[in-house]
Amino acid sequence: MSRLYVARNPRAAARSLDGEMMIMSGRDSTLFTLNRTATILWQSADGTTPLDEIVTRKICPEFEVETEVALRDAENLARELASHEIMQLSETPIETSTKRSPLAGDAR
Amino acid sequence: MSQLMLEISDKAMALNIPLSVQVDLTYRCNERCVHCYLDHHDHGEMTTAEIKHLLEEMAEAGVFILTFSGGEIFLRKDFFELLEYARDLTFCVKLKTNAVLIREREAARLRDLGVESIQISIYSHRPEVHDAITLVPGSLKRSLDAIRFLKSQGLKVVIANVLMTGNMQDYPGVKALAEELGVECTLDPTVTPMMDGNRSVLELGVDREALRQVFRDPSLIGDVDAFCAIAAPPGEDALNSIPCSAGHTTCYVSPYGDVFPCVQFPLPTGNVRQQRFIDIWRYSDRMNDVRSIRLKDLTTCTSCTHVSSCTRCPGLAFMEGNMRGPSSQDCEKSFVRTGVPSANMLSKQRAAANLVQIRALPVLATA
Repeated sequence: MSRLYVARNPRAAARSLDGEMMIMSGRDSTLFTLNRTATILWQSADGTTPLDEIVTRKICPEFEVETEVALRDAENLARELASHEIMQLSETPIETSTKRSPLAGDAR
Repeated sequence: MSQLMLEISDKAMALNIPLSVQVDLTYRCNERCVHCYLDHHDHGEMTTAEIKHLLEEMAEAGVFILTFSGGEIFLRKDFFELLEYARDLTFCVKLKTNAVLIREREAARLRDLGVESIQISIYSHRPEVHDAITLVPGSLKRSLDAIRFLKSQGLKVVIANVLMTGNMQDYPGVKALAEELGVECTLDPTVTPMMDGNRSVLELGVDREALRQVFRDPSLIGDVDAFCAIAAPPGEDALNSIPCSAGHTTCYVSPYGDVFPCVQFPLPTGNVRQQRFIDIWRYSDRMNDVRSIRLKDLTTCTSCTHVSSCTRCPGLAFMEGNMRGPSSQDCEKSFVRTGVPSANMLSKQRAAANLVQIRALPVLATA
């Protein structure tokens, strides 16, 4: 089974507000806020860490959820975020041009 | 503003986070608009490194929406370097420009860098009117060409039109032009006093009759009856609300690093060359003074019929002498909109009536 890689779309704008991400789509300026799970996914989406690894290392320990369920939910979430062009999905690692971490700005 | 944006703003305000900041990169400009409030001489703009440092501080402080404005931003040779840096820091970047220097290549670069929107000043659809305001022949054509380049890249463009006596009759033409170009259009009847306090430019603003025409134009206003209705008396919640977002979720940084509550509120609260941005935002006495104002604290306005519906700008009030006082330009708008004079206007009328009329005494015959 092939692995899935996720990366933040560099055309999106993002900032963390009180631990939750505000994201603006680069396609149509639609604004989203991400819940805690989606925020972890966004922050971990570096293009090189496979989605299943993000789930097992970052999401499962945080939310006490079965890996299989968490992975299915994370994949659905990643596909939804990709449909709004705020995330990129690929079966191979994704080269990203973003030089800086979007973690900057958790102003709390 | 969307419901989600309102919720985010409320949250940012509760957490004292500057959600949206305008940074003027320069006051230099390649146009000389007759109504402009700026001194275009360079008195020591921040360097590239200083602005990059400021951007880092602002990202850390939680700023999400960053507006680059001026002066004319494209006059900075490092403009694209700063824009790229801002986007690397994942700001939502908006631009304000006259667009005269935007050609195909610049438009493509703006698209690649994921700029959210570009606001462009257009004062008329007729070159003889627009160019007479910018004082640059050919400027309308250049700006309109730029809009087409930007649109061809799929970028969001907003035309900003300031209504003055010189272009009053042309706003329908600008609106039609915007529709033809497929861009948004905003119309603002407010001429801002010069930053040094000089109010002579206000003479360029439209008169009462022209304003009345604008406020009763359904193509601009929508439901004219609702727009011109007198608001119900404010409840306690309304009186405890803030006058505007200046100093609460928004602020402004000049090209020299001075931080103000808003671009239209020239109360210096600190300088990023001497202090961290977040320290000015959080601890400046002046910023906190602005932040403390509620509608119930306003002198004169609290008792005004229009208090809950007025567009009163605290910055314009400050430029009139008291940030808790009335802004006469907004009193005028409320009056023209509803036909009911503001408390400030009534107070001035009473003061004028109380003046002793001094008449020349008849010449007394000398004995």
